[in-house]
Amino acid sequence: MDKKTMDQDRRRFLKISAAIAGGLLVGVHLPGCYRPTDVSTKKGKTQTHTFAPNAWIRIGRDDTVTLSIHHSEMGQGVMTALPMLVAEELEVDWSQVRTEFAPAAPVYKNPAFKIQMTGGSTSIRTSWGDLRQAGAVARGLLIAAAAQTWGVPSSECRAVKDTVVHHSSGRRLRYGELVDRAASLPMPQDVRLKVPSEFKIIGKRMPRLDTSMKVDGSAVFGIDVQMPGLLVATVVHPPVFGTKVMSFDASKAKAVPGVRHILAIDTGIAVVADTFWQAKKGMEALHVKWERGDNDDLNSEIIWKHWAELARQKGDVVRNDGNVEEVVAKAVKTLHAVYEVPYQAHATPEPMNCTAHVHKNGCDIWVPTQNQDTAQETAARITGLDYEDVHVYTTFLGGGFGRRIEADYLAEAVQISQAVKAPVKMIWTREEDVQHDFYRPATYNVLQAGLDNNGWPKAWTHRIVGPAFMDRLIPQFTPSILPPWFPRPLKNLSAWFTGALVPRFRNDEKATEGAAELAYTIENVRVEYIKDDPGIPTGFWRSVYHSQNAFVVESFIDEIAAATGKDPYELRHELLWQAPRLCAVLDLAAHKAGWRKRPLKGIHRGIAVHDYHNTAVAQVAEVSVDLKGKVKVHRVVCAVDCGIVVNPKIVEAQMESAIAFGLTATLKSAVTIRKGRVEQSNFDNFPLLRMDEMPKVEVHIVPSTNPPSGIGETGVPPIAPAIANAVFAATGKRIRKLPIRPDDLRSIS
Amino acid sequence: MLTLRVNGIIHKLEIDPSTPLLWVLREQLGLAGTKFSCGIGECGACTVHVDGKPTLSCVTPVGDVSGEDVTTIEGLKGPLSDALRHAWIEEDVPQCGYCQPGQIMSAAALLASKPRPSDADIDAAMSGVLCRCGTYPAIRRAIHRASREV
Repeated sequence: MDKKTMDQDRRRFLKISAAIAGGLLVGVHLPGCYRPTDVSTKKGKTQTHTFAPNAWIRIGRDDTVTLSIHHSEMGQGVMTALPMLVAEELEVDWSQVRTEFAPAAPVYKNPAFKIQMTGGSTSIRTSWGDLRQAGAVARGLLIAAAAQTWGVPSSECRAVKDTVVHHSSGRRLRYGELVDRAASLPMPQDVRLKVPSEFKIIGKRMPRLDTSMKVDGSAVFGIDVQMPGLLVATVVHPPVFGTKVMSFDASKAKAVPGVRHILAIDTGIAVVADTFWQAKKGMEALHVKWERGDNDDLNSEIIWKHWAELARQKGDVVRNDGNVEEVVAKAVKTLHAVYEVPYQAHATPEPMNCTAHVHKNGCDIWVPTQNQDTAQETAARITGLDYEDVHVYTTFLGGGFGRRIEADYLAEAVQISQAVKAPVKMIWTREEDVQHDFYRPATYNVLQAGLDNNGWPKAWTHRIVGPAFMDRLIPQFTPSILPPWFPRPLKNLSAWFTGALVPRFRNDEKATEGAAELAYTIENVRVEYIKDDPGIPTGFWRSVYHSQNAFVVESFIDEIAAATGKDPYELRHELLWQAPRLCAVLDLAAHKAGWRKRPLKGIHRGIAVHDYHNTAVAQVAEVSVDLKGKVKVHRVVCAVDCGIVVNPKIVEAQMESAIAFGLTATLKSAVTIRKGRVEQSNFDNFPLLRMDEMPKVEVHIVPSTNPPSGIGETGVPPIAPAIANAVFAATGKRIRKLPIRPDDLRSIS
Repeated sequence: MLTLRVNGIIHKLEIDPSTPLLWVLREQLGLAGTKFSCGIGECGACTVHVDGKPTLSCVTPVGDVSGEDVTTIEGLKGPLSDALRHAWIEEDVPQCGYCQPGQIMSAAALLASKPRPSDADIDAAMSGVLCRCGTYPAIRRAIHRASREV
């Protein structure tokens, strides 16, 4: 890490330390994923018996080292990788490290978003400095405490595996023996962080800390939360987007044994019962009349047709290099293509759920969320409570993929609990989950390239039509960005204000991310965006717009190679001369896949490369296509440069994970609209990739000395184009719509 | 009154016999390791053993298994199960972890019937349990490892 980054990190850390001095950690009760025995704040033990120099570390007199996890664990490995950063500097025995999920608190805000949120592959990227610093400060204090005890200079002592050792005398004191003295010492002014050559934990294949509880079934997900007097609710939503309940007849539902309450809430109708099954039975017995709405006749074909018309116009120009028109007009050859990328559901394995208890002293929420701040804000807004009275307990997340950044399901649980005056666990059925998602936006893309007489692209235009969702989310996030003491009316006003004004003054250009940054050296590039929202809710979906745009860009560059008889890898390699990191992963993936060697008979290769927020990933896919048009993916060779690797095992797992996640969207499922509603409803008609469809994945990591740049989403963007390009190699058919279905493949000429 | 034997313990329950076994396990018996995901027998997250056979508890009425031996992830015992758990830990299989109880119950049933499964056997036995995180390669490695070590 360079000095400048280090100084920035330190300044921020000192601010964090100051916030902690206000006693944020004291008395915070955190049930959820861990067992009560792990909580040193339980009855009979007071906080003074622990040493908590900052918001991430608590060391007890009994030598327990408890590290706070301020990001949500949804499989991506933060519960292991974040403690590795602290443990590296703190010099603790990895097998003894305990963890707990952090509450919603200002100190834990994600600097990338200014709210406490897990997303954008930012957890390690934004914690790299702070958490090592947190560990180093604590180590410094423990060493100073030992030195003081022995009356020797700190420089003669060092920390080794939960103890401080005095070199010359061989004396040792365990961390637990030092906590009282360490807690009374002033914060050290200057701590030295290790250089990579000194790392003992970072970069190693440390075992995940959440594995054993996920293997014996004891890990607590949101849906597993249990407490005395807990009622269970389920919610039915208007099937057509944008409509409301007109009336409902609850007489039959009320007669279902165990059903206790049926109530209309903002987003639908809630059935509350003693158990989920009773609530579901009650929901099925409801007779609801929904209002008619503007979307009653909306379907996917109408959306595509409308976007095709819109795409004839010019859009907002997001990038404009050189003179595209002139170069295209003079081009020896031009290529033109239209790509349609569909809506996608998140299909988290754990359906949306939240447990809320609104009571006279406040509101407790147990929730698998990626967004603690918006969870807290949403509950505070509904109940009128102050933040300090709204406690958000994050559980394990049975998948997130961006869906759990939203707070819609949480708002329902809070409303229901408030209405029935009891703790309520609200669980959606899978059908509600699939049909009331915030989907990956569908986009319509018009591409054009102008080639010179050697077949090199000299001009590139990309016009994107589709919905944007930041205009919807910014007002939700704004109140949490404001200082916590802001009164409620001002918070509400800020949300209203940003909702009304932001769209007027700020172009939501998120839809062009991964397209506008086109890394190929082409002198004339124009990327445009036309915003159009047909009324289907959209939101973050693992890698956000990069997944659509990488498919489009990496397929179209392949079209250029095919049209000019160039090798798809060679063309990319030549055009990436100004993007060395991308070129390096491209070369590595091609080399490891044996690109220059002929594949086995019947096997065909496709390649793609993409940068997601400074993590470069290239993938070579090997596929075969049978006579019926069925695509089988045999192997994916993946090369990744994500800066310094904290845990190679997790990086490999995340690449496999991203490839599996992307393959479902490439080969199996999409969300389509019929009569204003989502046609799919469960895994029978929104099928996920199965074990027998999973390719062999080989991951190759580029060694790096750059700070970590994130991993969770980064393997998703290249997989769809790598597959589509391999299918082209196999069949000569260019895939311009996803998913690649056998019937569609047969019909492409 | 319905009699249900789960993990060796006999329970007498006042319950509608059409209630899926899944919800009886999770809500009546407090065995939350068995997961709800699809509710229609499509994803395998709810897999338990009924008389040793892998069974989708979300579509199995509790009345149908009265008197039979139900085993959940919490009650999975014996050398084979220990080897599986150990292999799962060694390979660090889980990511989000939500489907893993279903994966492990399915793998246990596979190894009980085929101690040395081939890749094709694994595909056949395990393709009914969906993992959105894509832990499939790790699951395959873990099953082979457990098969070697048991």
